[in-house]
Amino acid sequence: MRIALILIGAALALAAPFFVYPVLLMTILCFVIFAASFNLLLGYVGLLCFGQAMFLGLSAYIAGQILKTTGISIELAIMAAALVSAALGAFVGFVAVRRSGIQFAMITFAFAQFVYFLLLQSEFTGGEDGMQGIPRTHLFGIIDISDSRTFYYFVLAMTVLAIFVVYRVVHSPFGEILKAIRDNEPRVESLGFRPERFKILAMTISAGLAGFAGALKATVFGFATLTDVSWTVSGEVILMTLLGGLGTLTGPMVGAGIIILMNDELAQFGEWALIAQGIILILVILFLRRGVVGEAGALVRRMKARRAK
Amino acid sequence: MAQSEFALEAKGIGRRFGDFWAVKDVDLQIRRGSIHAMIGPNGAGKTTCFNLLTKTLQPSTGQIILNGEDISKLRTSDVARKGMARSFQISATFTELTALENVRVALQSGHGSAWRFWSPIRSIYSLNQRAEELLEQVGLSAARDMTSAELSYGKKRALEIATTLALEPEVMLLDEPTAGMGHEDIEPITALIRKVSAGRTILIVEHNLSVVSDLSDRITVLQAGQVLMEGTYAEVSSDERVIAAYMGGVDDAA
Repeated sequence: MRIALILIGAALALAAPFFVYPVLLMTILCFVIFAASFNLLLGYVGLLCFGQAMFLGLSAYIAGQILKTTGISIELAIMAAALVSAALGAFVGFVAVRRSGIQFAMITFAFAQFVYFLLLQSEFTGGEDGMQGIPRTHLFGIIDISDSRTFYYFVLAMTVLAIFVVYRVVHSPFGEILKAIRDNEPRVESLGFRPERFKILAMTISAGLAGFAGALKATVFGFATLTDVSWTVSGEVILMTLLGGLGTLTGPMVGAGIIILMNDELAQFGEWALIAQGIILILVILFLRRGVVGEAGALVRRMKARRAK
Repeated sequence: MAQSEFALEAKGIGRRFGDFWAVKDVDLQIRRGSIHAMIGPNGAGKTTCFNLLTKTLQPSTGQIILNGEDISKLRTSDVARKGMARSFQISATFTELTALENVRVALQSGHGSAWRFWSPIRSIYSLNQRAEELLEQVGLSAARDMTSAELSYGKKRALEIATTLALEPEVMLLDEPTAGMGHEDIEPITALIRKVSAGRTILIVEHNLSVVSDLSDRITVLQAGQVLMEGTYAEVSSDERVIAAYMGGVDDAA
């Protein structure tokens, strides 16, 4: 059953660029990674980072700057930018993890606003105009991927890699400790662990993944803007995760897909996209506590239980 | 290191919240290998005292000595690694993990594997056997793959004890292990505590006096944050000050 679903998903993902505009698909994939990075913190450690966009946006600019000035191959630029975000994540984590709940959220928010301001004022980012003309250099220095459809497969491969990283972390010995911290932090401490250290590493990994998404996104569009660092994007990723299903591996991916498609459809109506997001958030909180994927999973379990009887 | 007579000692420990001393100038000596109970009316400072001993709270005054070593300045996590583990008053399990995983988390303490975010979970299946043994010891073998959220209250407490035992603590501190339990659960837990006390030193905070009389070698009575007296159950239960304190406590509550 599960394998069949994965195969169908793979077939759809491979065939999609022949039916749907590749740039839209790539946007979805970037946000799939971004939402997965956010879910790693909120869903598996219980940390609400209300500044996830700083990792996305900073990395977009860094990757852009590297590609514009050095011309090194694209995968190296993306990796380097992701590492910068990971380092920022480690630093923010170091300051913030001693706090929990709303205080943690506010500290991360403050950092994100600070990063926004720095990028706005910096010379190299182009300020409010954003950074334009980021080139797509060759993959591994030799493979030409400038064509949108070819590039889509590169982004798809990177997404699979990123999701695998999340899967590995969640289902690792380390991941088991993270879930224990989420469920009962004082207890973890009483068992001889230092929970804050585990949280810092989790934030580092999450920020690295968010940065990975941001760098990828910069190469998709060929530009980086302040929107990627803005607090609305930090808010949007919360909505994606909750809509899809917190603490499930596939939930945030589905949520990211729905929100991006909806934004795309509603873009012509201007502010309506935001209003629709607000309404969806209310509906999810009222009726879909576990998100789309979480509720679907619960439904399947109920049906199985009924059949077992 | 020469083993001192006492596994755990407190010398003049106190804790102040604002102007209020929740615990003041408390001396405790817990004899190695004994079961020592701490009792007292509500608000006597039992739980605060307990939290000070495990370093969940930092003491404002005094010294805490574990096996001859001053642990007053250490963190909870360090104390746990030095062989003193605690349970919590409100059952503290990891609700979305299975019983086996709950115990395995504790087994990972000091195992080094806990940091391996790149390894598959299979890599710590070697700990499963020990976890299963611990579950069996507390009678939870059948619940191995149930999440702790699915367990009854009594079984959660048993799971918590199995998790604590995974640290192989020399000194175990149990905070009201029978709190909120129905009659049918109390006896198994009492029996379990007696069973795991072999070769260990146990300090227990408990309201249920029949459990206290059943288990403990020595009893310390706290009142208003200070030690009222210490003795055997017979000595304590016949002491007029203790009776008055408990009666007073009842009056206050009424």
